[in-house]
Amino acid sequence: MKTLDQPQQSRLGAPSRADSHRKPDEPPDKTGPLRCLRSVNARAARCAVFMAPIVLTACQPAVLDPQGPVGLAQKSILIDSLAIMLAIVIPTIAATFAVAWWFRASNMRARYLPDWVFSGRIELVTWSIPLLTIMLLGGVAWIGSHDLDPAKPLPSNTPPLEVQVVSLDWKWLFIYPGQRVASVNQLVVPTGLPVHFSLTSASVMNIFFVPQLGTMIYTMNGMRTQLNLQADAPGTFRGLSAHFSGDGFPDMHFDVLAVPAERFAAWIEATRNTGPTLDSGSYAELAMQSINTHPFTFRAADPELFQQIVTQKLPPGPGPRTGRPHPSVSPRTED
Amino acid sequence: MLGKLSWAAIPLDQPIPLIASGMVGLVIIGVLAWVTLKGWFPYLWREWITSVDHKRIGIMYILLAMVMLLRGFSDAIMMRSQQALAFQSPGYLPPEHYNQIFTAHGTLMIFFVAMPFVIGLMNFVVPLQLGVRDVAFPTLNSVGFWLTATGALLVNISLVVGEFSRAGWLPYPPYSELIYSPGVGVDYYLWSIEISGAGTLLAAINLVTTVLKLHAPGMTYTRMPMFCWTTLATSLLIVAAFPILTATLAMLVLDRYLGFHFFTNEAGGNQMMFVNLIWAFGHPEVYILVLPAFGVFSEVVSTFSGKPLFGYRSMVAATMAICILSYTVWLHHFFTMGAGANVNAIFGIASMIIAVPTGVKIFNWLFTMYGGRVVYSTPLLWSLGFMVTFVIGGMTGVLLAVPPADFVLHESLFQVAHFHNVIIGGVLFGAFAGYTYWFPKAFGFRLHEGLGKASFWCWITGFYFAFMPLYVLGLMGMTRRMQHYDVAAWHPWLLIAAGGAALILLGIGLQIAQLAVSIRRREQLRDETGDPWNGRSLEWATPSPPPDFNFAVLPNIQAAEAYWGMKQHVLKQARLDAEPAYADIEMPRNSPTGFVCAFFATIMGFALIWHIWWMVGLAALGAYATFVVFAWRDVDEYIVPAEAVARIDRANRGARSEALARRQAAP
Repeated sequence: MKTLDQPQQSRLGAPSRADSHRKPDEPPDKTGPLRCLRSVNARAARCAVFMAPIVLTACQPAVLDPQGPVGLAQKSILIDSLAIMLAIVIPTIAATFAVAWWFRASNMRARYLPDWVFSGRIELVTWSIPLLTIMLLGGVAWIGSHDLDPAKPLPSNTPPLEVQVVSLDWKWLFIYPGQRVASVNQLVVPTGLPVHFSLTSASVMNIFFVPQLGTMIYTMNGMRTQLNLQADAPGTFRGLSAHFSGDGFPDMHFDVLAVPAERFAAWIEATRNTGPTLDSGSYAELAMQSINTHPFTFRAADPELFQQIVTQKLPPGPGPRTGRPHPSVSPRTED
Repeated sequence: MLGKLSWAAIPLDQPIPLIASGMVGLVIIGVLAWVTLKGWFPYLWREWITSVDHKRIGIMYILLAMVMLLRGFSDAIMMRSQQALAFQSPGYLPPEHYNQIFTAHGTLMIFFVAMPFVIGLMNFVVPLQLGVRDVAFPTLNSVGFWLTATGALLVNISLVVGEFSRAGWLPYPPYSELIYSPGVGVDYYLWSIEISGAGTLLAAINLVTTVLKLHAPGMTYTRMPMFCWTTLATSLLIVAAFPILTATLAMLVLDRYLGFHFFTNEAGGNQMMFVNLIWAFGHPEVYILVLPAFGVFSEVVSTFSGKPLFGYRSMVAATMAICILSYTVWLHHFFTMGAGANVNAIFGIASMIIAVPTGVKIFNWLFTMYGGRVVYSTPLLWSLGFMVTFVIGGMTGVLLAVPPADFVLHESLFQVAHFHNVIIGGVLFGAFAGYTYWFPKAFGFRLHEGLGKASFWCWITGFYFAFMPLYVLGLMGMTRRMQHYDVAAWHPWLLIAAGGAALILLGIGLQIAQLAVSIRRREQLRDETGDPWNGRSLEWATPSPPPDFNFAVLPNIQAAEAYWGMKQHVLKQARLDAEPAYADIEMPRNSPTGFVCAFFATIMGFALIWHIWWMVGLAALGAYATFVVFAWRDVDEYIVPAEAVARIDRANRGARSEALARRQAAP
């Protein structure tokens, strides 16, 4: 089920994924500044596509097909915990059916014990079985919480790639502070190398989540969260916002392109040669509400920008400005 | 003059809510016209609207819950059909409408379906089971109900005037703050929940007091039926948890109305504090809903197995353990907010511990059936359906309590499937079991069994078809609240889920048919004696429907399962006990206080939403004046003369004697 090649094709010039349901006379995207940015960046986007391996994994269900160490560990915890619980849940369900059926009123062979209301031994067992299960599972939870703490660095000989993530209304900004470039709605990472994410939000809460890589984490304005992930093999993985954030929320997804290290370096190089720069001015434009923003890149990015967003030196994004009859009655994004 | 309100606030560009509300309006006008033509207004006013009888208030709570269930379920059908259609397409609901629908669905189903349903059952049953004449504060009870109705009314007014919130059933800031949600939707949500929350708190204070202070002679704590224990636990939870909800939403109100900064992005507001506080309410809330359902299942399984509840003391301990533990787990709703490993692990384990008393309950119901004579009536089917479904929902819940598993499943459709699994499989099945079980007590005739069973089968298969696909979708990485999507692999599962919703619709249709058919055939389904199921607790000692005063003479309780004991005694001596000495009974007078207060509360809420300040002032004054008038009343009770008591009781004794004679005559 190679469902993810749809966005790939759209970047090669076919109608974009969501444009297909817009009226033909409408501009594909209503935010003027971003539309300009996008046309400038068509080449950069094509470049990314060229580099991205078109080989997609047969990747559903995503959570059970992890492509990195974090997701792999989570999958095994998921399956182990389920197995531990099924060991008591299945017999319980079977016993419910069996007891209810055998002791049906019409079954004259079943014993009738109208006064049997207590048995110390059975009470002991009914309290112990769930208790023992929970003790086992509690161990799994305790160890798992520590091993897979989102802020805990992944084991590696090389220092991780730093990526700063900002959720905006309604798109994702990825800043590479070390490389001084940035991209919107597209995340390119090298394979086999841990990535350390610092995350914040320009406006409302969102959750950064790439199901095939593992752990999700909230983004919140004025705060910074951390996450460590790694992609083991090349591929394109779907990333999305997992926390509802408004009208543009369903289009707030992005592709994660995991590429070998040398291709990653080439992508950085290509990105540096084209596109606008990201500074407080272009950030202010980016922070305006817009739906279904197409991926593009920034040739240069201010490495201090993220910190300015976290410390609110750059103000939080503005909310809706139009509505029917007025934003203070019913705000509408489409107007 | 009218604040933000103008004719333009009616969303003429959205035909669906307009048509829906137009139809609702026609139904309301039709009902009002019918009532007027028949001349029933005085009756309704005298016997229902102003009633302070706990049984009538309980019935009105359940009626409210059922009407709101239809509204909330319409929202569910719209969401399921939208998601079935919205693959690479915008579907038929634009985001601003879809987002209102999922918010309204969650708000209605939790606060105006599940809550009034369980409170209605508790209100109706508990005084009967305790062997008393009414709740502790009858007029307060009426005020609580009518304030709940106010909240429901405000949510529904938002269909036609302005809009409802789009921020989800728990409105996380900063999205719900003025800057990102400047419309009236969040205000509709806030004032509906503030007003109905106050009503719920009053109901709970009343029930706690009733269980703790009002008992028939000899009704000690360990002789109380299980449902009374779960009522006590739930009401204690409400008394402790609802003030947190009210205070948290009041802080959001201050942010939105007076420029405070509790949860804003700017000026030191902290959005995480809202999440923390709202779940300190929100997690106990799910136990508030499910504990009364556990009580219903305890009664039903025991009655239809012909056995006392197995391990009664163990069940009481488990109930009270859940009551306390439910306060220690709220953080599991935001494991992915970046708390440290120790914090996540401790709250994960605490959440799992709740599964222990819950598991004990399941086993005890199982052993209640063991050695019994299980009669497959409709309430028992709901209970069996619950036991199987709830075990699955509990299992996925414990899975979500493992923090690293939650890291990939949080906010996904897996989570949506989990909480529907426990709320439908637990609370709603419990509510339906209780509705079928106590219906003859409330109205004097049973519900049609065949249609009830047909509805059960539609509901349970519909449930599995509607929600098992959501588990799969969650594992596929689909998050909740998606207005449209472009992943082809999700589409078939969403089609199956929509099919499941259609089956549930059929189940609801059958429930409506069941009610209509049962009313038409009420003479065949009549419950003559007041004990249609061979019951074990005191409510079955009263006639069906019970008189205002419940018991002609307060029963004297000798042991647990009070009514079962009395029945065995009567069977043994083969005749009823001698007629008791009847005396005059004092009962509380009906009062319009609740209705009038709620009338002013509705106007005040509406005026606050639309910033019509003079109207807020007038309505507040009106509500206060109502309270003062009530406080100044001279007469608050009336006397039921001994002859009337005797007449009613003798009729019931006659029916019971006949039933006894028939039983003696049978081989």
